[in-house]
Amino acid sequence: MGEFEVHRVRFFGLVPAGVRCLACQPRGGRLALARTDGAVEVYNFAANYFQEKVIPGHEARSVEALCWTVGDRLFGAGLGGEIMEYDLARLCVARTVDGCGGPIWSMAANSSGTQLAIGCEDGSVKLFQVVPGGIQFERNLDRRKGRILCLSWHPSDTHIAAGSIDILRVFDVCSGQTIQRIMVNYHVHKVKRECIVWSIAFLSSGTVVTSDSFGRVQFWDWERGTLLESHTVSTSAVLSLSVSEKEDSIIVGTSTGATYQFQLLPVKMGSLEKRWVRTKPFQHHTHDVRAVAHSSTALISGGLDAQLVIRPLMEKMQKKGYDAVLRKFTFPHRRLVSCARKARLLLFQFSQHLELWRLGSTDETGKDGEVLPLCRMPEHLVQLKSKGPEHIYCSCVSPCGSWVAYSTASRFHLYRVQYEGDGVSVKKVPRVPKLLLPAYQLQFSSDSGSLFVASARGSVHVLQLLEPGGCKHLHTLRPPSGCPEAVYLLAVSTDGHWLAAVGGDWAIHIYNLKCFKHHCAVPTYSCAVTALAIHPVTNNLVIAYSDQQLFEFSIPEKQYTAWSRMVQNCGLHKVWLERDSPITHITFNPKNPSHILLHDIYMFCVLDKSLPLPDNSALLMNQSTLKQLPETARQRQLHAFKICKKFQPLLFADLLDENCLVMVERPIMDFKTQLPLPVQQKKFGT
Amino acid sequence: MVAPAALRVVRCGGGTLHGARAVFSADSKQVGLRRGYLLCASGDFVKMYSVSTEETLRLLGGHGDLVTGIQLNPHNHMQLYSSSLDGSIKLWDFMDGITIKTFTVGSKLLALYALASSEDSVFVVIPKSGERDTFQLISVKLTKAPGQDLEAKELSVVLDGVDASPKRIAFGREGEYVASVKDVNLQVYFFKQKQLNRFSVSGAKTKSGNNQFTCVACHPTEDCIATGHADGKIRLWRNFYHKKEYTFSTLHWHHDTVMDLAFSVEGTNLLSGGVESVLVLWRNQSDRQKDFLPRLGSPIEYISMASDGTLCCTVHTDNRITIINSNLRFSRSIQGLIKSADVKTGLVVDPRTKALVLNGEPGHLQFYCLQSDQQLFSLDIVQRQYIHQAGLNQADLVKVAFSAQGKWLATVEEREEVTDPELQLKLWFYDEETQSFKLNTRINMPHEDHITDMCFRDMDELEDDSLILVTAGRDCVFKVWVMVEDTDPEAQQSVSWSCDFVGSYHNYQATNCCFSEDGSLLAVSFEETVTVWDSITWDLKCTFCHPPGKIRNICFGRLTCSKYLIGATDYGFLCCWNLLSCALEWSAHLNVLILQPDPLSEHIAAVSWLSKESSLFVFKPNEPRPIYIQRNLCREKIQLAAFVPRDEPEMIGSEKYLWLRRSQLFFLTDTQELMTLSTKSLEERLTPSSKQLAVEESLPVTPFSLLLGKHRRQQSQGDIDLGKVLVRNKHEQDSPAVKELLHTPAHVLPSASFLCPIFINSLLISKENKSAEEVADEVEMESEKTEDDSDEERDVTEMEQEDTSPTELLGEMTCKLSKSQEKELRKIRKMDYSWISAF
Repeated sequence: MGEFEVHRVRFFGLVPAGVRCLACQPRGGRLALARTDGAVEVYNFAANYFQEKVIPGHEARSVEALCWTVGDRLFGAGLGGEIMEYDLARLCVARTVDGCGGPIWSMAANSSGTQLAIGCEDGSVKLFQVVPGGIQFERNLDRRKGRILCLSWHPSDTHIAAGSIDILRVFDVCSGQTIQRIMVNYHVHKVKRECIVWSIAFLSSGTVVTSDSFGRVQFWDWERGTLLESHTVSTSAVLSLSVSEKEDSIIVGTSTGATYQFQLLPVKMGSLEKRWVRTKPFQHHTHDVRAVAHSSTALISGGLDAQLVIRPLMEKMQKKGYDAVLRKFTFPHRRLVSCARKARLLLFQFSQHLELWRLGSTDETGKDGEVLPLCRMPEHLVQLKSKGPEHIYCSCVSPCGSWVAYSTASRFHLYRVQYEGDGVSVKKVPRVPKLLLPAYQLQFSSDSGSLFVASARGSVHVLQLLEPGGCKHLHTLRPPSGCPEAVYLLAVSTDGHWLAAVGGDWAIHIYNLKCFKHHCAVPTYSCAVTALAIHPVTNNLVIAYSDQQLFEFSIPEKQYTAWSRMVQNCGLHKVWLERDSPITHITFNPKNPSHILLHDIYMFCVLDKSLPLPDNSALLMNQSTLKQLPETARQRQLHAFKICKKFQPLLFADLLDENCLVMVERPIMDFKTQLPLPVQQKKFGT
Repeated sequence: MVAPAALRVVRCGGGTLHGARAVFSADSKQVGLRRGYLLCASGDFVKMYSVSTEETLRLLGGHGDLVTGIQLNPHNHMQLYSSSLDGSIKLWDFMDGITIKTFTVGSKLLALYALASSEDSVFVVIPKSGERDTFQLISVKLTKAPGQDLEAKELSVVLDGVDASPKRIAFGREGEYVASVKDVNLQVYFFKQKQLNRFSVSGAKTKSGNNQFTCVACHPTEDCIATGHADGKIRLWRNFYHKKEYTFSTLHWHHDTVMDLAFSVEGTNLLSGGVESVLVLWRNQSDRQKDFLPRLGSPIEYISMASDGTLCCTVHTDNRITIINSNLRFSRSIQGLIKSADVKTGLVVDPRTKALVLNGEPGHLQFYCLQSDQQLFSLDIVQRQYIHQAGLNQADLVKVAFSAQGKWLATVEEREEVTDPELQLKLWFYDEETQSFKLNTRINMPHEDHITDMCFRDMDELEDDSLILVTAGRDCVFKVWVMVEDTDPEAQQSVSWSCDFVGSYHNYQATNCCFSEDGSLLAVSFEETVTVWDSITWDLKCTFCHPPGKIRNICFGRLTCSKYLIGATDYGFLCCWNLLSCALEWSAHLNVLILQPDPLSEHIAAVSWLSKESSLFVFKPNEPRPIYIQRNLCREKIQLAAFVPRDEPEMIGSEKYLWLRRSQLFFLTDTQELMTLSTKSLEERLTPSSKQLAVEESLPVTPFSLLLGKHRRQQSQGDIDLGKVLVRNKHEQDSPAVKELLHTPAHVLPSASFLCPIFINSLLISKENKSAEEVADEVEMESEKTEDDSDEERDVTEMEQEDTSPTELLGEMTCKLSKSQEKELRKIRKMDYSWISAF
């Protein structure tokens, strides 16, 4: 593996926003997730739950509910009182419609996805028709006082159940009248507290399932207005609820961070009498579980602790594989850190500001595992605050450290940073060219002479940076066949000759920068690209896919390399393929051309192409066993993957020079202390 | 007693009730009749208790080995099946205590299950032939052939690889399936479908702890299996007829192993118990709705429900049975000899109640009544909260001693620490008013190290101030404690104890101490040497030694043999030294474990342990030849023994057993089974204690019984007034004939014409022993007439009282009084009663 001097960076104070709501695409393989800061993310089940699209948030646009409608359109509604439609190709809000009922607490789409119902602060339930090019207000349902916190359509689209404070109501969609109202805390004696119905579900059998702030999950017969079953699952509120498509399983999330599964089980073998039984409890979260979703094979929950947990249902799994692994996502699947190798600077991207840090340095050397004393502490140089309510899409620092660029939904900023001794001056570059915004990825060339801006419709703009502080639009690169989706990853070769760009359709296009021409396209592979990089020596493009496959594509020869074919023939190690987090960054060691350095959240790996691949019987993570072996025995055990799990969770790793690494960690405990206190629970033995 | 029957070893209590779950008879609590029984496997017997009176009603004996399972016959609720390690299943009529049938299976039976749905077969667990530690569940067809002893030949294997514990197999709803757990595996076999499903929980190496199954119970009406686990979790399995889509939910409250589970009759509630000594009631199988019955005293071993659901009972590891109402209220508890972790105190006899005193609950002293096989009371010595958790070092009682009259009680408690133990010596005074012991003095760290022995100076006739307590410690000293006047004006008591003398011998550890009968000499053994001290001047009189081997036990001879000192050493020698000549009188090669002198005679019992059998030797110190030898006393190792004085000397036919005349010898084995030696046959022995007592409490409350009760109270009041508190046994006052008549089931009674004269006779008062009761009766009738002259006679009566008291103290209760004396006595009585009624 070689020895490295490692900068262990722990001053990236990223606090991911909590998960507010989840929506599974009906019959589809996507999950939409909204965070408390208004960001919307789309995860692709088929691509190994990769975080495929991110629409950064907006200060004024909180999202309380997400709905997929016909034609796989995604709508969101929030306390801003607007219904938003998202453009998933351009990753921005396409259009907004005012709900005219104050803050919107809930939104639900009918089973065919042609109608949207919203529940507003003023107690009204409004219906909207989904039409091409937007939505159209249809009608108001019977309005009563009290905010509508949750809504659910009957699968036949004839009725809507709405949960409010102390009460749940059932509307007839045709007449718009309230045809049933049920007091939910009628059965609780001597309780003065109000009972908030946090979540509701209407089953096709006519049963209405509610979860409320008393910690109960209740099953009601809406026609008679009677309580069928009541399960108290928690001492604190049950915040979210989701029913499987077959209506035989329910998942609920509570404010203590626990989720519970309910299953409809026959009371006796062979009898038709069935009963809802609380079966499995899960405690994956530490904070409120504000959102749950029930896909056909997994229970999905998202909490205010920013975790998205996907817990597969073992009984629905055909075989053990990477689908059957419990996944927990806390950090985004893309890098928020960029590194100026020569200047030894790190740029951290937060939702509304950037931080530029200079790495510390040491003049001592030590043995393996030793912590070296610093002679210069790391230094926080600049904090750049983004103006306006929009959140930052992407950012980058040039390798020389003198240029910093970032983009929001509507603006693009380029700064010239100058270092005079200890002082730093930041100057905004005036008159940046008008580009098609937002930019999805920014990349400086290795000589810091040009900037590549990934843009919508598969295009990449090339800007030339001019001393002492200016820029010029040189060219726009477009794929020859055109592409509707935005480019989300860029890689540029060290010699400045090649540029690789990946769009939302996962096609990789390679451009020749000398003549600004499309060079070739990498053969399409049906999985999302999570990271790519061009080798500085051989100009081979190394691609990591979300199903953990690795490819090496020779740009000059326009074909996969022999090593890549060998990898495909032999197959990667089982343990490697079953990892649940994608490779987020690839880099190379110029001194050792056969080494590829890659990392995901949980590990850092040096892939040595000169060594044989491990077969499934070998131990993949064998660094610690290797250390104990004598030199001769070690040779036989060596294989290509050298994995280090010391740094967790690893947000960024890069090679500064041939024997110096920078690792950016965000210890979970550091981040947990930034969260509000969880609900106090007595723990036995404390 | 006609024929001098051989001396038999009789189990009379203790042992273990852990063989199987207890069983309620079908009519556990009928309103009005109040005749419900609880049946419980106890050693080789099945014990039948009355639910309402806690009395042991019957002992069903006949099995040759441990009873491992009892089940009511599902087709006849008056019958009981029992299985035993001796390989037989017996069918009992438990009401009459008759064995109806005995089915011989052949191999060891480890558990028994009877199902209503299986017409004529029962299920038993047997070891698999040819393999060690593997067991199988088989069904045994019980043939209906005539005759008592039958052979059950039709066996069919139901499940392989089951666990031996009866808690780990349960039969489901209407006998549709059987669930068995072992280690981390659950297997469910469906009888109709002939389908076997296996499930397992993740292995023992999870971070949450030990996942292994410990017990299983099935829902009576639904398809739901509850399993208990070693980490304290309860899992409720459903949908288990699907191999893949099975599911379970978890209930977790227990912090340690779930010992047993039981569903209520309707299945709405689930009861669970464990080491915490808390019975948990889970309502609707929800972990949010649970109720607790805490402080049950000791870990719960078994839980069983009555078939009508009104009662449940928990059997505890210390042999206590707690009966609990359906609303989770403690109803009553049946406690015989409480099994404690370790009997460190030895067997001690309380001189006051003649009860056996030993370690009971942790930190408590139990007073066990031998006659009724019941706990009289439990005295909290340590007075600290006991935490039911394994691996904690908690203070426990290690030594106990009574003064001769039972007025003083000395206890030593210690908390085992690696370096220095925490010791406390407590002295308790018997308070006549509250009828209990009251703490008088507490001495912290009486010795630097463990206390090895403790004794009072045993002198009946001497005054209080001559009372001396001696403690011997491993810190190489013995200490003498005496009572001193308490000078502290704020002290509530007048006396307290303090150390008077510290003696040591060559820096050897003091191991035993013992006073001679007259209290003039103290013998203290220091490892290999016995030292004899003058108890007045505390001079070392002489030393005895019988090397090699350390002294294990010492005791002085009594009565005619008081000049001898007996000692037993480690290397298997029993020595007798003559105190007058200071020489070894005789010695015998015998590995003596226990040396126990009879307080009422010269006899000394020694129990030896040689080549895995315990033998009993009874001898007099003045002759080296034992009077009585019983080899192979019992299978278990005998740990402790004690002579308990009899209330009245027994008529012993044979010369050989004369040593049993005044006292009875009791043994405690290492399984804490209490045994005794008896010349009587089993039936005879049981009659007075169990059969009679059964009636007493079950008498309905009638005006007559109230009247009777009133008289009894008045009578005891009268006793107090006379200045004498009698400790009386219950059967002293009641006629056995009446009880026999009332208790025996009607269908087995002889004709009324035959019974009538016996009954009438029993009610007649014989002339010579006119007991106090009848006198009182008459007095009360006369009292109204003679109210006027009572004042004048008071002075006289007080004088008379002094006159009469010596006759009573002589113990001659049957002495005849002259007419005049009798008349005076009546006057006294009358006086007292009128005086009382004024209050």
